[in-house]
Amino acid sequence: MIKSWRKIYAKNDNIKAYTLLSPALILVILAMVVPMVLMLSFSMFTQVSMMEIDYTFTFQRYIDFFQKNLLVTLLIKSIKISFLVTLITLITAYPVCYYIAFYVKKNKMLWLVLLTLPFWTSYLLRVFSWKIILGTKGVINSSLINAGILNEPLTFLMYSETAVVITLTHAWAAFALLPLYVSLDKIDFSFIEAGRDLGLSRFEVFWKITFPLSLPGVIGAILIIFIPTVGDYVTPALLGGIEGRMLSNMIQAYFGKINNIPMGAASATIMLTTVVLITIIVSNVTKRLTQRLT
Amino acid sequence: MNEKNNTLLIYTLLYFGFLYVPVLFLPIFSFNDANFMSFPLAGFTTEHYEEMWSKRNLHKALWASIKVGVVASVVSTTIALFAAKAFARYKFRGEKISYGGIMMPFLIPEIILAVAILVIWVNLGFKLGLVPVTIGHTLFCTPFAMLILIARIEGFDFSLEEASRDLGENAWGTFFRVSFPLYLPGIIAALLLSFIISFDEFILAFFLTGSDATLPMYMWGQMRFVQKLPHVLALGAVIIVFTTFIVLLAFWLRNVGQGKAKKDITMKL
Repeated sequence: MIKSWRKIYAKNDNIKAYTLLSPALILVILAMVVPMVLMLSFSMFTQVSMMEIDYTFTFQRYIDFFQKNLLVTLLIKSIKISFLVTLITLITAYPVCYYIAFYVKKNKMLWLVLLTLPFWTSYLLRVFSWKIILGTKGVINSSLINAGILNEPLTFLMYSETAVVITLTHAWAAFALLPLYVSLDKIDFSFIEAGRDLGLSRFEVFWKITFPLSLPGVIGAILIIFIPTVGDYVTPALLGGIEGRMLSNMIQAYFGKINNIPMGAASATIMLTTVVLITIIVSNVTKRLTQRLT
Repeated sequence: MNEKNNTLLIYTLLYFGFLYVPVLFLPIFSFNDANFMSFPLAGFTTEHYEEMWSKRNLHKALWASIKVGVVASVVSTTIALFAAKAFARYKFRGEKISYGGIMMPFLIPEIILAVAILVIWVNLGFKLGLVPVTIGHTLFCTPFAMLILIARIEGFDFSLEEASRDLGENAWGTFFRVSFPLYLPGIIAALLLSFIISFDEFILAFFLTGSDATLPMYMWGQMRFVQKLPHVLALGAVIIVFTTFIVLLAFWLRNVGQGKAKKDITMKL
């Protein structure tokens, strides 16, 4: 009996692979899938009082969500800020990756490690440094006032959407740099040379050859920047003020001060749904785009 | 391309400045003899560093972070090692879905993971504290560790394992005498990076710690009070130096003994 089981095991890659995968899969199921299913069911309950929850199923929380102007506004703002952050991070990081992939000859690895090093220092501390820079008594304002250029501090720098966008562009830089670099570095240089030989201008070579070939990296970067930004809590809480608040700050309030767990669970579910929808849209659009361009 | 491009070079250097300068303000102001973080600098002092010795809560938070980080990195690296081996070694049904599932915690917004774990933990009647934080961190670190380990194992010559089996070594013996030593640099790199991720993680800790603060939670608590900021700066500067050292060590280890496969590793992370 044991022998025959061993024989099956020795021959079957599926069983071997899943034996090895089982701890990871159990972890994901117990610590992520089950909790998320429970969160989903809580979004269909009702908070009666501080300690009491009514467990009858209802979609009322979702109706509430879309009837509350504040929540819808915050959702839209979260998406808008994430869109801006993604776009700006990509545009600013692209030339850097382009330079390293095509112009740097020696020690490309070193350049890359140096580019991603700040990313590993605490996220909280990086956000905090921006508070030092942008604050009303911060680096920028105090320097400008001391230099006599300004009389009063620039207030739009701090506690605003601008502050949130700048900080997150800095925070997620590595998420753009790595996928972009990888896709640019893979490009076979003879394609570009062929384009030049055929008389295309530099600009045309870029738009018709280099850029389309780097699209996989662009898609990867879009997704891994957009998703965490939609759910970001720290930056809007520290730097956003009232104007820069995002949906996650409200979710936290539902689980904290307001103590309305079903409403918080519903908001989190809506956030997750938004993220999934956007992921699907982005990958489909870019897939079509890639097919058309290449 | 043989030509040079100075415009791009200048832009790249400016971008480096954008990445590094904000982070450098923390150490600069940590030596500044003033409570406000503004120019001109007031004078040099190490007072803010000395202040750290007297903060009991800081020591408690540091110890909590170390405990969580060690457990989360060891457990997630172990789990990730098995998983990485499965993906690098075998072709099997449902490979893509399993891979996607294990990578999920890295892809969905952290606040959602935090909220979901919070709901189940409280409803099971458990108390919030370092245990749910550790579970959350393990979940979050596993995909990172797995990416690093897959890169390491993919360049691995599996015939070495077969040879060991043919020579009569059993599965455990083969693992400990052949595979493990060869994976070791990758394993240590995964351990170090997972530890750093856990050590710096804020959102999961914020929702799940209850009253046992981790180090990022401690800093978060201090950031609201202007007069307490300077010692947070000093603490931040220490953390930055420590993190940089560990990360450079991990990067170096990832490349040890991996001549040709070097390039692929960067592609994974």
